[in-house]
Amino acid sequence: MSPIVSLRGVTKRFNSGVTALDPIHLDVAKAEFLSLLGPSGCGKTTLLRIIAGLSAPSTGECRLALDSTDRSAPAAGRIGFVFQDPILMPWSTALGNVLLPFRLVGRVGAAERERAAAELSAVGLAGFERAYPRQLSGGMRMRVSIARALVTDPDLLLLDEPFAALDEITRMALNDDLLRLWESRRATVVFVTHSVFESVYLSTRIAVLSSRPGRVVANLAIDLPQPRERALRTNPDYNAICATVSAHLSRAMVTEPS
Amino acid sequence: MRRRTRLWRIAAPIAVGVVLLALWQAIVTVEQIPVYILPGPAAIGAALWTDGPSLLGSLLVTLRITLAALAAAAFLGGAIALVFSLSRILALSLFPYAVILQVTPIVAIAPLIIIWVQQPFLALLVCAWIVAFFPIVSNTTIGLNSAERNLLALFRLYGASRWQTLRYLRLPTALPYFLAGLRISGGLALIGAVVAEFVAGTGGTETGLAFRILEAGYRLAIPRLFAALFLLSATGIVIYLIIDVLSRFALRHWHESAIDEGEE
Repeated sequence: MSPIVSLRGVTKRFNSGVTALDPIHLDVAKAEFLSLLGPSGCGKTTLLRIIAGLSAPSTGECRLALDSTDRSAPAAGRIGFVFQDPILMPWSTALGNVLLPFRLVGRVGAAERERAAAELSAVGLAGFERAYPRQLSGGMRMRVSIARALVTDPDLLLLDEPFAALDEITRMALNDDLLRLWESRRATVVFVTHSVFESVYLSTRIAVLSSRPGRVVANLAIDLPQPRERALRTNPDYNAICATVSAHLSRAMVTEPS
Repeated sequence: MRRRTRLWRIAAPIAVGVVLLALWQAIVTVEQIPVYILPGPAAIGAALWTDGPSLLGSLLVTLRITLAALAAAAFLGGAIALVFSLSRILALSLFPYAVILQVTPIVAIAPLIIIWVQQPFLALLVCAWIVAFFPIVSNTTIGLNSAERNLLALFRLYGASRWQTLRYLRLPTALPYFLAGLRISGGLALIGAVVAEFVAGTGGTETGLAFRILEAGYRLAIPRLFAALFLLSATGIVIYLIIDVLSRFALRHWHESAIDEGEE
């Protein structure tokens, strides 16, 4: 099967002269949960933005295979993006925020409202449709953000360290919720993180990136049973894999001057 | 607890006002200050009572100019800001002239405007507008350019058009900035109207409050001067309060400035 994302020799050099990415070769298969794991500032976010089309690679190419009928904006609604912060519109209700993609891609009718409300309840926010972001906790805001990314049923879901700012308990709950959502839809997920435990728990594959300029130094399939459950966090296999991934990550960081 | 705070918010300033007025009256009475130098609150109250109806007519003239100028400042100021945010070249080339218009003292250019614009009401309106429009332009321009970077990226991701980005992102982001500008412009429009009236004199058939102040000064009718002054300040305060209520209502759900501290 052809990959949904195909990166060929992608590099990124900023105008400031900083090289963020060395040539990256990476394929993402359909329905895969891929984590990009690396130290801070290794270009993970840049890579994710290139995949989303929000940033152009300096050299190389990024090809996407999305089921789109709209030629003018092939990615519109086919890609969901979740940022580090919830990035909600404060003047809009939870429902209004989740409806945004529909508003921008097409029109908002009764069907879309229903769909958005269903998405809110899928992330555990039934009954909060009319709440404004400032009335919600940090974890709930992130859930709204995830619902917004999922509402168009995207082929590709890109998440940029979405849980980094949350407390451990909320983070674990959201990890499980994200897994359930992924399992039920079989969307392809690219997940940026700097947490070894999180990436092993969630992913079917992990690409370990080196310090800047970022380079894929290890490509590890995570052979753990599906669906993943909480009990896995204390499973010896899980811990062994975490140790291996950690070792790869420390090797990736050796070159970093500190 | 909350109700008590709210009570204090109203009661405390009133108490201060009453004490100051009493002090004022006491000094004027004890020192026997002549009424044409400094009238006491009682004399001003009496003047307000007897001259009130005729002053109110003049107030209406000034108020009409003020409100028309404020409305024009809101619409044109908002429109100019919108144009500035849509075209960088226009913004770069025109903004300095908006600044020049703003920093030139209105007293100095009002005579010219009154000569150029034949219709007196329109002339005064233009003067008041020149004073009032700048805070709205500058605030709204900043607001329109303050959209959250990642939300802009998200809009791009969904292929949003320029119009959609304006309608759903830039305009809502700019609203609190616009309202903050409107708050400043409300007071400035009144000042502009008064200054223009001072320069214009009677100007036409209708006499505004500013000219009544001048007139009362010439005639040494100082209590009436104070009464007119009082009406002018009261008008400014009412305009401010109305804009404040409007702004709180518009932003009640989301903006920190519109949220009561006791609410959460």
